[in-house]
Amino acid sequence: MTTLLQFKNVSKQYGNSTVALSDVNFSVNEGELVSIIGPSGAGKSTLLRCINRLIDATSGEIIFDGADMLKINKKHDLRALRTKIGMIFQNYNLVERLSVFENVLHGRLGYKSALVGALGLYNENEKKQAIKIIQSLGLNEQVYKRCDQLSGGQKQRVGIARALVQEPRVLLADEPIASLDPNSSKVIMDHLKNICTTLGITVLVNLHQLDVALNYSDRIIGISGGRVVYDGLPANLTDEDIRRIYGSDPEALNLIIQKPKEVAQKI
Amino acid sequence: MRSNFLMKKRLYSGGILLVLVLLAFGAASMTEFSLAKCFSSIPKAIVWSLGNFYPVADSFAKLPDILAKLQETLLISIASASVAAIFALVFALIGSRVTKINNFLATLSRLIANIFRNIDVSIWALVLLFSFGQSSLTGYFALFVASFGFLTRAFMETIDEVGADTVEALRATGANFFSIVFQAVIPMSVSQLISWVLFMIETNIRAATLVGILTGSGIGFVFDLYYKKMDYHSASLVVLSIVLSILLIEQISNYVRRVML
Repeated sequence: MTTLLQFKNVSKQYGNSTVALSDVNFSVNEGELVSIIGPSGAGKSTLLRCINRLIDATSGEIIFDGADMLKINKKHDLRALRTKIGMIFQNYNLVERLSVFENVLHGRLGYKSALVGALGLYNENEKKQAIKIIQSLGLNEQVYKRCDQLSGGQKQRVGIARALVQEPRVLLADEPIASLDPNSSKVIMDHLKNICTTLGITVLVNLHQLDVALNYSDRIIGISGGRVVYDGLPANLTDEDIRRIYGSDPEALNLIIQKPKEVAQKI
Repeated sequence: MRSNFLMKKRLYSGGILLVLVLLAFGAASMTEFSLAKCFSSIPKAIVWSLGNFYPVADSFAKLPDILAKLQETLLISIASASVAAIFALVFALIGSRVTKINNFLATLSRLIANIFRNIDVSIWALVLLFSFGQSSLTGYFALFVASFGFLTRAFMETIDEVGADTVEALRATGANFFSIVFQAVIPMSVSQLISWVLFMIETNIRAATLVGILTGSGIGFVFDLYYKKMDYHSASLVVLSIVLSILLIEQISNYVRRVML
């Protein structure tokens, strides 16, 4: 298995005092589904955004596909790399007044020049590909609907389609199910898992739901106070680890873990 | 502790109220303003208006003249607001938190917009009067400059409000600045932007009357002319036509808003 993404001593400071990430080290293999868990404000969102440089890390190296993201200075090069990184968001971040089709095609804008992109000109291939992806996510009937008429779960699927049409190597998901009901959450997580296994796209997902993370991920990275405090298989996550990540006893978190895995009971 | 906290708040509000009342009384006594006299003169004013301020057959002869000036004023208001909107959009995109190119340009853009916005349209009219003399062009520029300042601010806030999330999403796809602006920012905010332009047109029509008096152009000038000639009947016809056209424009812009949203 090849390493697709690597964090080496990455730190992020806001101003002089607020430390969002400190000395983060981990690597992600191609085709893995990795969950990043941790309490609110631990630095999960910052970590994801450092990868595609929506936020600039203060120091360290982020190696993606052989290149150090932090060393890229030219805007053009940065945009070219961003096309390889799809991203989906908690609030979907769609252009609500436009149709599903148009929103999905936005995923192609990274490949376009200023004028072509501004005019929104797409070729036949891109349109066909967009329709195919929309259908694969079960949105056949919504293709030409305006996004403000969709449910939350449908909107998130549009968000996934927009990311997939980029033909990315990696998909970053920032709390993709935090605003969704359990059913829609399951649909979205199943899609993400499916994308990972069938398309071979690496998925990095920030999660608040420990049970979801345990059920879906190949690996879990636990973050607390801007530091990586756990990095390993879901099966090896112990009560002690959970306590270190969330700062409270697993019993107190029982509400979240509906089916405590045998691992969690091991100790 | 709790009751003490509430007591403090009440004392604080009471203090502010007291200051306001003192200010009002101080200002009134310095200017020899008397509220009683003010109210007692209202009936007299109404009687005078009813006696003089209504159009008669004679004044209707001047209607074509008035309507021509009214048309000029309306067109100037619309032209100044719409041209200002184009400039305002550019400045708003540069100045907005979510679409700014860099901090220096953003601050500069905000500064320019603030200067133009904080100087009232009537001051602009007086300032421009020196450069352009008494003409409709002066009126046009005064309205243009004031509209530009206001619209830049309004557009900037609209873009800040609706744009942040989608701009982030499109930046993540690798889209460039122009793609983001035309594919996300403008589609998201277009209805609100148009709504602001319509509001600006309405405001300009109202302001145009005053600007016209100052710059000697348009409907304001005609009103001033008749009023100073003590032709109150014709002056009242001017006022009536302004009121009617404002109501009409407001109806039209309400209709446009409804259809658009």
